[in-house]
Amino acid sequence: MPSWMYRITGSRANSANQAKERLKLVLIHDRTDLTNEEVDQLKAELMSVIRKYIEIDPGAMRIVINHDGREQRLVADVPLRTGPRRRIG
Amino acid sequence: MTAKVVTVTSGKGGVGKTTTTANLAVALSMDGAKVVCIDGDIGLRNLDVIMGLENRIVYDLVDVVEGRCRLRQAMIRDKQNPELYLIPAAQTRDKSAISPSDMVRLCDELRPDFDWILIDSPAGIERGFRNVLAPADIVIVVTNPEVSAVRDADRIIGLVEAEEKGPAQLVINRLNASMVKRGDMLSVEDVTELLAVKLIGIVPEDEMVISSANRGTPVANDAKSRAGQAFHDIARRLQGEEIVFPSLDVKEDFFKKLFRVN
Repeated sequence: MPSWMYRITGSRANSANQAKERLKLVLIHDRTDLTNEEVDQLKAELMSVIRKYIEIDPGAMRIVINHDGREQRLVADVPLRTGPRRRIG
Repeated sequence: MTAKVVTVTSGKGGVGKTTTTANLAVALSMDGAKVVCIDGDIGLRNLDVIMGLENRIVYDLVDVVEGRCRLRQAMIRDKQNPELYLIPAAQTRDKSAISPSDMVRLCDELRPDFDWILIDSPAGIERGFRNVLAPADIVIVVTNPEVSAVRDADRIIGLVEAEEKGPAQLVINRLNASMVKRGDMLSVEDVTELLAVKLIGIVPEDEMVISSANRGTPVANDAKSRAGQAFHDIARRLQGEEIVFPSLDVKEDFFKKLFRVN
């Protein structure tokens, strides 16, 4: 199909956007030297450490690696579970 | 005179390091600067053919470092620009023939006599890369708007920072404006956002780069060519001038216009 027909049918996804989205992920892993699996493992371990001390909702916890210029930032957003605090003793 | 040492590198091969080095050298010398370029790609020399000086080589970089000739004897004067010189790489040796401290010493010897020392890098991040990074005052990273080239550029930019030679400055080479326009090529904004470094040049894809390389006269000798103009702009920015990036509007041909529906 010639390119002008793609324009009419709109059947082809914009490849530049795909390139950009794929590169974003690749660069995070290249820069941090972490694989996807390691990032997941990091999240799981962080969560279990936090839960040792405070009550959280594991489903609401968000851990992401953000770009900030050329710096990478690990951002954890951990909503604490509200409710009456029980004191022992 | 104290030359600034500019190392042109990329990580990935084939993105236009050698072309960029040769054309920046030509553009700077056409602006009246005294320039020497060094081919740091030992074993795979190419700067000599791009500059059209391959028949004039007698001594090379390794001969200088190993003391077989004086520095001046290895410097080849450009055909068109009398204040431009090339120190070619050795073709029959490998990267271990010189060390980072050899390169620092060589550049220090050249500094008093020149305004600019441009060093072309080998592809990769091995020993050869350390050699050309060691003497650098400014590092230019060349990339193309393609996934593999951008990824490797990011790696190199990180290494340049780790060696405290940063921040690197970016040249986006072979930009095809009509592909960008139809969403099939990463745009300048995409690439600079991903890499988060300062942009120093955008070089449009231009057939004249190849035809002028065929003739051994870098395209910057013709300041009217699109790519040549882009290299002259980079040279001016290197010299501290504020040059705006020209818009990349494409002239569409008649048939493309006919079929354009949006």
